[in-house]
Amino acid sequence: MAVTHPLTGTVAELIWLVPLLPFLGFLINGVFSLSTAYLPGPLDPSQDPTSGHSGHTGEFAAVQATHHGHRHRWERATTIIGPAVVILSFLLAAAIAVTMIGAGSEAPFIQRYSTWMPAGTLQVEWAFQLDHLSMVMVLIITGIGSLIHLFSIGYMREDPGYARYFAYLNLFVVFMLALVLGANYPVIFVGWEGVGLCSYLLIGFWFSDSNNADAGKKAFIVNRVGDFGFLIAMFLLWSNLGALDFAGVAAKAATFPVGSGVITAICLFLFLGCAGKSAQMPLYIWLPDAMAGPTPVSALIHAATMVTAGVYLIARSSFLFALSPTASLTVVIVGGVTAIFAASIALKQWDIKKVLAYSTVSQLGYMFVGVGAGAYTAGVFHLVTHAFFKALLFLGSGSIIHAMHEAYHEGHAHHEDAQDMRNMGGLRHAMPWTWACMWVATLAIAGVPVFAGFFSKDEILGELFERAHGSTLANAHWLGIPGSAILYVFYGLGLVTAFMTAIYMTRMMIYTFHGESRTDPKARPHLREAPWIMTGPLAVLAVLSAAGGWLNLPEWFTEALPVGRGELLHHWLEPVVGPATVALTGAEPHTASSAEFALAAVAAACALGGILVAYLVLKPGKLTSASSSPEAHGVARMLEKKYFVDEVIHTLLVSPVIRVSRTLLWRGIDVGLIDGLMVNGSATVARGIAWVGARVQSGLVGNYAWAIALGVLGLVAVMTFG
Amino acid sequence: MIAPALFFSACLFAIGVMGVLTRRNALILFMCVELMLNAVNLSFVALSKLHGVSGQVFVVFVMTVAAAEAAVGLAIVITVFRHFRTVDMAALRLLRG
Repeated sequence: MAVTHPLTGTVAELIWLVPLLPFLGFLINGVFSLSTAYLPGPLDPSQDPTSGHSGHTGEFAAVQATHHGHRHRWERATTIIGPAVVILSFLLAAAIAVTMIGAGSEAPFIQRYSTWMPAGTLQVEWAFQLDHLSMVMVLIITGIGSLIHLFSIGYMREDPGYARYFAYLNLFVVFMLALVLGANYPVIFVGWEGVGLCSYLLIGFWFSDSNNADAGKKAFIVNRVGDFGFLIAMFLLWSNLGALDFAGVAAKAATFPVGSGVITAICLFLFLGCAGKSAQMPLYIWLPDAMAGPTPVSALIHAATMVTAGVYLIARSSFLFALSPTASLTVVIVGGVTAIFAASIALKQWDIKKVLAYSTVSQLGYMFVGVGAGAYTAGVFHLVTHAFFKALLFLGSGSIIHAMHEAYHEGHAHHEDAQDMRNMGGLRHAMPWTWACMWVATLAIAGVPVFAGFFSKDEILGELFERAHGSTLANAHWLGIPGSAILYVFYGLGLVTAFMTAIYMTRMMIYTFHGESRTDPKARPHLREAPWIMTGPLAVLAVLSAAGGWLNLPEWFTEALPVGRGELLHHWLEPVVGPATVALTGAEPHTASSAEFALAAVAAACALGGILVAYLVLKPGKLTSASSSPEAHGVARMLEKKYFVDEVIHTLLVSPVIRVSRTLLWRGIDVGLIDGLMVNGSATVARGIAWVGARVQSGLVGNYAWAIALGVLGLVAVMTFG
Repeated sequence: MIAPALFFSACLFAIGVMGVLTRRNALILFMCVELMLNAVNLSFVALSKLHGVSGQVFVVFVMTVAAAEAAVGLAIVITVFRHFRTVDMAALRLLRG
């Protein structure tokens, strides 16, 4: 008889209720949405005459059409049910977390519900695993999710698809929870595909504009490439390790030697999946386009939760990555290159959401550098703080876009691009709350000391530096390059990225909120702050962005200042990722506090330097509105056009596929071979045989008699001589 | 004695077959069919010398059936003549495909 788990019989038994509540919300809101779809009225978006030409992205096209129309038939009920289910599951999750802290358990708490695939020795169960890592993720998903659901009330209320929006958003939370709670890879994969589906549905939420629908398809197709990697990794796991649940895989993996080819292959395929979901090179191209969806969706799915699933998966599979320094170094390289590449693109973007999108890609790269270097705690820590400040930045940009649209509409001004920063400027007078909250988030993401991002980013860079000498990783080789060289290089690139992050974020703030207003004078007096239902979540997230660092204060900081215990998250995650961390670092090397302090000072100098440079170099007064701005040249043009990656992919991949599909597959195989040869061909052959048969039927009795006589003769001949 | 009888029977049968194959008048076709039947009868009788009396019994049956067949066949020929005003089989091609 095994020892009963300390969480048995506590509120943790109700973990199944956490995803079930949003699922109920999805069902109810889905029914609301279908009832209006079944009885279309004046809210039908396809009837909207203005949806074609307003703005470049089509966001709010449907909203404008209904400004003076009616709200959704079930608007009140949706407003209550949509956010309430997520808030309830957050409260439940918080209660479970409190129980977990009290119980002090180390082993994962696994709940088995039913068998899914009982195939011989392959036993896949529907099972949830509650441990320290999944608890952190559940709290982030339901907590940030609740805030974003509340914000969505203000943002989406006038939309004809209000109930549909909340149904999708609830469903996303369900799948995301399944992803982080799954106790084996197949259950994670169900959540993994489910969030991909919801992401697709929400990117193309305003699907009557084909740009939005195309962006959704792009996200879905690019993610397929990554999912292929995830599937192959699962096949390899099953055929080589014979297990798919985490406990089983971890036990079997321990029998493999470090650096074994099988484990490296599994890790690399898993990482391909992560690169797709978390928008890393070369599969990052879908994330900037995903900004076509409603802005709260960008905040929840494409910044705070879904795109961090890859980081979660690597932290979850740390026992595998710890066995493969090669794969871990690959993760560092891809993450680091992505971070600096995306940050450079963000430097010259004009669309406020595109800046944030590339910033997200860049910060995700940071997280991968962390988990790749075996600093799993640092990676997850940055995941958490990034969820705070990036959700805040996206919601803030949503608040701005909302205000811009309302102003254009009420001022009866010509509708210019409401997301282009060249059409903004001076917004701090109109929107003081949004301005203040977004500055907090900017300081946090830039890594200014005592804000959340400073501690998490510093920890990633610090651990990278620490591991660059004498650790298992540093002694390993990647395609012949020594690991320590790679780690030092990416430490340097990380600092450069931090510097660039500070520049582009300050640039965004200056162009949006400071200087003279460049908005159409007719719309200018109508710019005003968002309602409290939108600013409230901003304020909560601002507090979290400022104080999120308290989750995992470094030791040098707690030694210097009496602000409580340090490294809380580190100790919290120790049971899950501790062994893997030790395996990759060798015997736990610890840099002296003074050295850590020096590293932090360098990182802080980068952040402050970036902000200073942006302040000195950028001249918001010289900007003109988007329509009258000159074309960029040289390097600026290359950055503004995102290194022409989309164009190159279009030329090298998309158009050859289209051409082959059109000439060979469509005209050749479909029309020619299948329709021509097989469908019509079989008819032609039948008709030919019928023609010959008809000629034989002469109708003359004599001919038939001849045939019979010859047949008899033949038979007699066969019987006689045969 | 059997061999000449069977040879004669085969000759009669061949004459009947050739008549059926080459002639076009329905009445003559009919008579040729009768000729073939009688050729078979002859061989039955001849072979009954070897195999016992059952061959002769068969002959009686064949003649009975031939009589019935003649009645039906002639009735059809008369109906055909009333309808088409001819009994030339080459003129009747309604079953042509």
